[in-house]
Amino acid sequence: MSIFEAILLTVITASTPLVIAALGELVTERSGVLNLGVEGMMIIGAVGAFAAAQLTGSAYIGIVGGIVSGALFSLLFAFLTLTLVTNQVATGLALTILGLGASGMLGEAFVGAPGIRLLPIEIPVLSAIPYVGTVLFKQDLIFYLSILLVVGVNWFLFRSRTGLKIRAIGDNHASAHALGINVIRMRYLAVMFGGACAGLAGAQLSLIYTPQWTENMSSGRGWIALALVVFSSWRPWRLLAGGYLFGAVTILQLHAQAFGIGIPSQFLSMLPYAATVVVLIMISHNRRTTMINTPASLGKAFVPDR
Amino acid sequence: MRIELEKRPDVSKLFGFVSPLLALVLTLTFGAIMFAMLGKDPAAALSAFFVEPLLEVWSLHELAIKAAPLILIAVGLAVCYRSNNWNIGAEGQFTIGAITGSYLPIVFYDWHSPLVLPLMLVLGALGGALFAAVPALLKAHFNTNEILTSLMLVYIAQLFLDWLVRGAWRDPKGFNFPVSRDFAPEAVLPAIWEESGRAHWAFVFAIIAAIGVWFMLRYTLKGFEIVVLGQSERAGRFAGFSAKKMIWFSFLFSGALAGLAGISEVSGSIGHLQPAISPGYGFTAIIVAFLGRLNPLGIIASGLVLALTYLGGEAAQLSIGISDKVTRVFQGLLLFFVLSCDMLIYYKIRIVWSRARGGAV
Repeated sequence: MSIFEAILLTVITASTPLVIAALGELVTERSGVLNLGVEGMMIIGAVGAFAAAQLTGSAYIGIVGGIVSGALFSLLFAFLTLTLVTNQVATGLALTILGLGASGMLGEAFVGAPGIRLLPIEIPVLSAIPYVGTVLFKQDLIFYLSILLVVGVNWFLFRSRTGLKIRAIGDNHASAHALGINVIRMRYLAVMFGGACAGLAGAQLSLIYTPQWTENMSSGRGWIALALVVFSSWRPWRLLAGGYLFGAVTILQLHAQAFGIGIPSQFLSMLPYAATVVVLIMISHNRRTTMINTPASLGKAFVPDR
Repeated sequence: MRIELEKRPDVSKLFGFVSPLLALVLTLTFGAIMFAMLGKDPAAALSAFFVEPLLEVWSLHELAIKAAPLILIAVGLAVCYRSNNWNIGAEGQFTIGAITGSYLPIVFYDWHSPLVLPLMLVLGALGGALFAAVPALLKAHFNTNEILTSLMLVYIAQLFLDWLVRGAWRDPKGFNFPVSRDFAPEAVLPAIWEESGRAHWAFVFAIIAAIGVWFMLRYTLKGFEIVVLGQSERAGRFAGFSAKKMIWFSFLFSGALAGLAGISEVSGSIGHLQPAISPGYGFTAIIVAFLGRLNPLGIIASGLVLALTYLGGEAAQLSIGISDKVTRVFQGLLLFFVLSCDMLIYYKIRIVWSRARGGAV
């Protein structure tokens, strides 16, 4: 394997969790709910996946554990913001704080335990293609899932009837309600999809990215995923591109550190965060285009009148 | 079964007072269940966590030490949140305030003067305000989401501090530990009442800030502007208030208080710079602000409660062997319950048991 291929492989590994978590949040936000708890759901998914894999000895059950724990955890957010109509920003922050705390507590037993790594799957014939094969077709299940998810969510949102309903709710929940769409139920499902995706992204972290458990191992990726949704202007394909851009920045700074160029490592580590800020500026400074793309009901509470 | 909300005709005064208490009770109940599941005696654990730290004088001093930064930061955040500006990056502003404030005692180590300490505090507040100016500028002029930018800056600030204490500002006599040199005595924030404990002047700053902001919000035009713009930008515009200027004001103000908290913490409690200077005060202050219902006087009370969770976490770790991670869980739970109980102020809850639904659904 050439160095070039090796770098591409690590870029994919770094980008996949960002893409998956951001995609889940994209669907949630398309339904008009702003869930800032991605970081918390991700870390709960990571610890859930690690625990499930340890207890059963199977990385695949670990994936299921990550998805389920992320979705269940997001239910807490859904109940508070949708049923009890609490402030979405504050509740999302609470979800992150609780997630970081609870994962630290639950994961304490696993600190230092050798992780179970999810092994790559070779796709016959395709994986034999030079360059492309090694990079794209000798990957783990979660990578394939991430691509399927982007295709699936794109189709779902823009081609299916339910997707149309979700977009309608996100753009105007009062009209959607008047048309007979069950706004609250759809938003519950959208939030839980977001939670499941964040959980899967967390599973990728603790089963593939660094197959072990360390506290706070999500290290801000949930927040970067939130920024990616803005970056993508709520469109799945742009989100995929953005996710890989960020993955590349993360990996390039690691390689730059390894090559020992003159810049202190801390400044290189700042790059993904600084890049997020720069990208946010570039995307949002054109007020008109952001206004057109942002779901109009985003972050607004809905209480059906009876 | 489903839960229906009915909007109250008036905001409930009773629940405005009862709901934070209810949230506390619910948190303690869940805490007891959690301790029971961890195999600890819930009563003993809760008492070690929340009561025993209050029984000794030195421990009350520690409470004041931990409450000071929480109250200082949360009072600033309350101004932000009330005006609908979401500054989530107080942790970063705290860190930068600690760095800029430490400039004098580290770089000009040999300059001895009674002016050093006041200048440090001013520099700390300025540093915090300048760092908060970044998300303010981006929001006001580029329409950038302030939640995400202020948060990204937290990571940048922490990495910058890490670089400083491992690089330029590392103590040459520090045996290669990543710490700066210890502050000279005149650069250390003095204790309030030295005979009985360590609590220093930061707690006094916090109380002054809280009372000052309370006065501002209640009796001044600026306070009125904050509240009006926070509730409706449109209404504020008609009144001649500028939402853009409010972005600047609220961010600079909260940044300055977070910066002041940062330099007070470093100068009063730690005595030098090191890679980790905060157990997440900037994030916990968000809970403090909400538990205090964004009211500065309420924030004094809630700051003490959250400080108790830190102190209790440390105590419980020693006395009954519970992980200090429990602290964060308690804090998260508390915020959840505060938010959900606050709903009682605006809504009546009705639980509908029948499956039949009225109206078009």
